[in-house]
Amino acid sequence: MMENSKTIAGFSSPRTDIFPAGLRVLVVDDDPTWLKILEKMLKKCSYEVTTCGLAREALYLLRERKDGFDIVISDVNMPDMDGFKLLEHVGLEMDLPVIMMSVDGETSRVMKGVQHGACDYLLKPIRMKELRNIWQHVLRKKMQEARDVGNHELDQYDEMWMLNGVERLSGKKRKDFENKHDEKEMSDSRCVDSSSMKKARVVWTVDLHQKFVKAVNQIGFDKVGPKKILDLMGIPWLTRENVASHLQKYRLYLTRLQKEDEVKASFCGMKHPDVSCKETSSSLSLQNPVDVCTDVTKDKYSGDSGDKAIVQNGKSNIYESKVKGVVLMPVTEPRSVVGDNFDSQVAGSKIGLTESFGLVNTDVESANLPIPYCSTGEAPQPQYKQDFKPHFQSANGSSHQPLPVVSHQIPVDRTQATCFLNHIPSREERNRHPDAENKPSFFKSKCGVVGNFSPIESTVNLFQPVSQQQRNVHILEQMPSTTWSARSCNVVNGPQSSPGNLSLRSGSMVASVGEDVCGASIQGECFLANNGLRNIEQFDYNDPQPISGVPTCLYDTLRFDYEYPIDSLEGIVMDQGLFIV
Amino acid sequence: MERNNHLRQQVANLRQSLFDQGYVDEQFIELEELQDDATPNFVEEVVTLFYKDSARLIHSIDHSLENHPLDFAKLDNYMHQFKGSSSSIGAKKVKTECTQFMEYCSAGNVEGCKRTFKQLKREHTALKKKLEVYFQYARLAGPTETASCRPK
Repeated sequence: MMENSKTIAGFSSPRTDIFPAGLRVLVVDDDPTWLKILEKMLKKCSYEVTTCGLAREALYLLRERKDGFDIVISDVNMPDMDGFKLLEHVGLEMDLPVIMMSVDGETSRVMKGVQHGACDYLLKPIRMKELRNIWQHVLRKKMQEARDVGNHELDQYDEMWMLNGVERLSGKKRKDFENKHDEKEMSDSRCVDSSSMKKARVVWTVDLHQKFVKAVNQIGFDKVGPKKILDLMGIPWLTRENVASHLQKYRLYLTRLQKEDEVKASFCGMKHPDVSCKETSSSLSLQNPVDVCTDVTKDKYSGDSGDKAIVQNGKSNIYESKVKGVVLMPVTEPRSVVGDNFDSQVAGSKIGLTESFGLVNTDVESANLPIPYCSTGEAPQPQYKQDFKPHFQSANGSSHQPLPVVSHQIPVDRTQATCFLNHIPSREERNRHPDAENKPSFFKSKCGVVGNFSPIESTVNLFQPVSQQQRNVHILEQMPSTTWSARSCNVVNGPQSSPGNLSLRSGSMVASVGEDVCGASIQGECFLANNGLRNIEQFDYNDPQPISGVPTCLYDTLRFDYEYPIDSLEGIVMDQGLFIV
Repeated sequence: MERNNHLRQQVANLRQSLFDQGYVDEQFIELEELQDDATPNFVEEVVTLFYKDSARLIHSIDHSLENHPLDFAKLDNYMHQFKGSSSSIGAKKVKTECTQFMEYCSAGNVEGCKRTFKQLKREHTALKKKLEVYFQYARLAGPTETASCRPK
């Protein structure tokens, strides 16, 4: 530990002998012989190996321990699930590097693997020398992520990562690391420095994605091509490759979405008239959760000069880049409440595991949180409630929750909602050890709790239909003390809670809605979760008070002066079905 | 001492013949190199596992071959597994038969498939016997540095 900090401070070379050691590898192969050999080989490389004979089991493991692996090695042919399918899931949900392997070196198959997002394709028999090098994929991925945000501190970042790798066994360390990582993201988000970077990965912000989707819809899905989209989008710095890769992901996502459409429908009480919209939104969330956050930060920065300080404070809280959804429920929650929620949460998580329903968790969570301030919320509540209820119940199978909470959470027709959903589960799972115990740990870890307050993870999706925006504003105003959660870290602070009680949870999701996100976002780490506020500009939220009491995690100032282009919202409408995705 | 040396020489010869006769390829050496103090019988364990698992596959393929008409897609899938599995221990000849089988599969050649599969089973068994003898001698000779006499 000491050494770590030392090294980091000194910006010493990132290449440390220790780094690759302890790399957590998940090997998935239905062939027990290969599993045994690979395990041995990887252990000899000083990696930490987990083997798995079934793809579904692997997916389960990955979802259960969201942050438990650095890289996945998967066979292509498996009886229970096509390796490509697994690859797709892992790519979209966990964003981990995946190496495919097969005896078959046929170009078309390798191509398929690469197209599905495999970072490498190894041919059996696999040699140890090939495995020795797999850490490079992990590093590359991390570097890319850092790049997305900006690359200033890349070296430092890498170093931290590596150092961290060594001590990953202790989850704590890792978490620290992640926080730092996020911090970096935050601080770097503004700078797009192409100098040392090979090729900056495009941050597909909500706005950008909407333009993309608009272009796709305009062209027609059948005839769509990267070049056409690029032309239509009219973004000068975007390259054809950027668009092509995004289109690829988008297609994959749509494919998957279609298959699961039925399921979704059943889960969510609501139906979506506009399929395309729905898809769009969902894809967004899946693909670029991180990006969204980043984006938010950026916007904010550009707008405000005074934010720096804020940002710094926020650093410690910031979570991983992966966090996407911004949810904000200011919730002051009594512990007991949490306990109650627990059941439902678990239920939700289970559901998620079974398929792609991980998202459900999120909803459930948010639903579960009893929000004190709910009562304050006036008009909007009833509406939300209605929407939400059905959803919630279905997710849990049984609803224990106090509905009031629900009302705020209802994500209605928002693209962003999807984001949350996806991520939320991950957060949960990450912190979670096997189910039962999760809760406690979960909460703790997620919330950097300051004081007694247990924050809840309320992942509230305040997504509301545009029409309701006005009301939203209202709500916001009413809850002065309510903390808005910032990008990755949600600061949850109930109105009633005293400053000391505010809890912060680093792991929380950012609920960002489309453009709203930007607005919401901001201030440092605290965000406002406001979705659908068209009128954000109108509202200034300067309520230092609640925050002041909060330790480092909170920000001094909460301000929302963001302007959103309202038009962008159009495309965003989503249906609840997304949540389930 | 003298006797042990003799035994070791025999083990080395047996091993060498596995390569010389084309039964195994470099993957076998790869496995040997994985063997260490923690897992002194690693190669044997892997081979045992392979035979256990492949018996299941052989049974499935046998069963599939009785169907009319043949489900080539399914057979191809099985054979793909078989090939992958064979590659794990470097069972060169078996692997060759697998490849042949898959070619017949894609050509829709029923007779070719059946004939090849018989050959495959013969090679599979022949290798098993060879390896059994080899491991038996190797155990008698005790731990040895077989890697020193790798081919090529």
